Amino acid sequence: MATVSMRGVRKSYGGALEVIQGIDMEITDGEFIVIVGPSGCGKSTLLRMVAGLEKITGGEIAIDGRVVNELEPKDRDIAMVFQNYALYPHMSVYDNMAYGLKIRGFTKSDIEKRVRHAARTLEIEPFLERKPRQLSGGQRQRVAMGRAIVREPKAFLFDEPLSNLDAKLRVQMRVEIKKLQRQLGVTSIYVTHDQVEAMTMGDRLIVMNKGVAEQIGSPIDVYARPASLFVAAFIGSPSMNFLEARIGSDGSLTLDGASLRPKTRIDPGRAVTIGIRPEHLSVGSGFDLQVELVELLGADTLVYGRLSDGKALVVRLPGNEVPRIGDRLPVKANEGAWHLFDSETGKRLGAA
Amino acid sequence: MEKRVTFNEKTLPYLLVLPQIVITIVFFFWPSWQAIYQSVLLEDAFGGNTRFVWLDNFAHIFQDPAYYRSVMVTAVFSLLVAGLGLAVSLLLAVMADRIVRGATAYRAFLVWPYAVAPAVAGVLWGFLFNPAVGIVAWTLRTVGYDFNYVLNGGQALALVVFAAVWSQISYNFLFFLAGLQSIPKSLIEAAAIDGAGPGRRFWTIIFPLLSPTGFFLLVVNVIYAFFGTFGVVDGLTKGGPARATEILVFKVYNDGFRGQDLGGSAAQSVILMAIVILLTVVQFRFIERRVHY
Repeated sequence: MATVSMRGVRKSYGGALEVIQGIDMEITDGEFIVIVGPSGCGKSTLLRMVAGLEKITGGEIAIDGRVVNELEPKDRDIAMVFQNYALYPHMSVYDNMAYGLKIRGFTKSDIEKRVRHAARTLEIEPFLERKPRQLSGGQRQRVAMGRAIVREPKAFLFDEPLSNLDAKLRVQMRVEIKKLQRQLGVTSIYVTHDQVEAMTMGDRLIVMNKGVAEQIGSPIDVYARPASLFVAAFIGSPSMNFLEARIGSDGSLTLDGASLRPKTRIDPGRAVTIGIRPEHLSVGSGFDLQVELVELLGADTLVYGRLSDGKALVVRLPGNEVPRIGDRLPVKANEGAWHLFDSETGKRLGAA
Repeated sequence: MEKRVTFNEKTLPYLLVLPQIVITIVFFFWPSWQAIYQSVLLEDAFGGNTRFVWLDNFAHIFQDPAYYRSVMVTAVFSLLVAGLGLAVSLLLAVMADRIVRGATAYRAFLVWPYAVAPAVAGVLWGFLFNPAVGIVAWTLRTVGYDFNYVLNGGQALALVVFAAVWSQISYNFLFFLAGLQSIPKSLIEAAAIDGAGPGRRFWTIIFPLLSPTGFFLLVVNVIYAFFGTFGVVDGLTKGGPARATEILVFKVYNDGFRGQDLGGSAAQSVILMAIVILLTVVQFRFIERRVHY
């Protein structure tokens, strides 16, 4: 168990291309951190730098107060779970879990005790003598977890560990990993592109985009107060609605005939982007939506339509409200549901 | 998903496999049969008189000390060729696999020797090591080492082994490299995080995962050492000096086509065939068990 600190961490390949552009982050002991972002945002690279699989070009990473920049992976006392599990195919499940312990010179009885204990925790005891290829995807995932926990490392690193599983198993393993982490209290860094995993598992999230941490905060914070247009668009499903507008001379906003006043003062004439989450819109007098498509999800109804000026808008309604295609649907935004972003920089300006 | 083609008539499927069957019969079964048939005959050098002699040819071979000497030469030669050929190419493949920049160029260079036919390789190395005009022999002499494979049997054997290994390395290298590249990188990384250093990673992860490739190459290399090296020996030493490099396959040729002892030569080739079959069976029975597929 340990803290992990990243100070101005940078990574570039051959100087020209900087894939990590200075990440600062303090991870406290026992915290579950999720790094989330689209593919190519550098999230896996950042994790691999913590693991020691990628060289750190700039800044420093410290685990438990010790700078590890120049340390080999084996000397960092971390364990990693890979996307493809990376189980040794020629070894039994038992040997897979015992491998790291053997190398570190644990006694045979100690190895046996730890492996059995981990196997019991993960419910893979019946498979200890099997080879990885004789296991299902979910079982392999557990073995990979087992290999990580037997060593009782200072930190767990997860590199999209659930993305090779089917949807149902993914939900199940998500809960189990989270429970296990709570139970063991080991500092964890978890990389995923799945925002649902990010929201449900993380104590805090790092939302990454193009090598930059767009926002670091608790899941609710990231959802309720997205720091940038990117975060606003990335977190939440269906994605937030964005509408272009301009601040009037009196500091208020006009949108499709309706006028509203931002809570924070914004310079008149500034181009802003208004964001509204589909779930924060409901039926009521505000704008008229021309309904183009209706998706029935059972619990919810997603309504895709256009405003009178042609802008597209998605509304999430309760499952029992089913407008017809072609109808005119009056919608209003809930109180405080407007997010305002600077159209040029994409930074958050405030709410309205 | 299984795809099965159904033929309504019987002739077409047989017609389709016919070329393969014809090739196998003409180039494998028929010569093999001829060898077995001739091995029990005694024929005079001009083919005028042929006599059935039961197993006399075999009996004769097993009483011939020169034959046992050739067996020993073959054993040493094959062990060295297969062993060195596999070890050196594995080393080269591991090195080439680690190179990031200019990897294709390295690989292309390492594959080149395979384009040189064994007989040409023999002549080539023979020329380089020629005691009179060879540049390598000259270099060795200037540093005080007298290399003369034409007279020295041990040096001749070493040179033949060297040339044979050189010819075969590229082939092995290609397979080893492909094998190495099919090992997921994350396995090596997982082992590194588990605490294994480069040496241990190689012996406990890479080497076992490479064993199917290694086993295949072992079988191929043993067969190569027994048969494929004929061209090298013929180009370099022709079995000399004083039969120091006369491996079994070359002795078959020597006795048959130079000594005109067709029956004896055929008997030798039958024995050689039996040895190689036996070796291959042994490899499959005992070594394949340790292979992790």
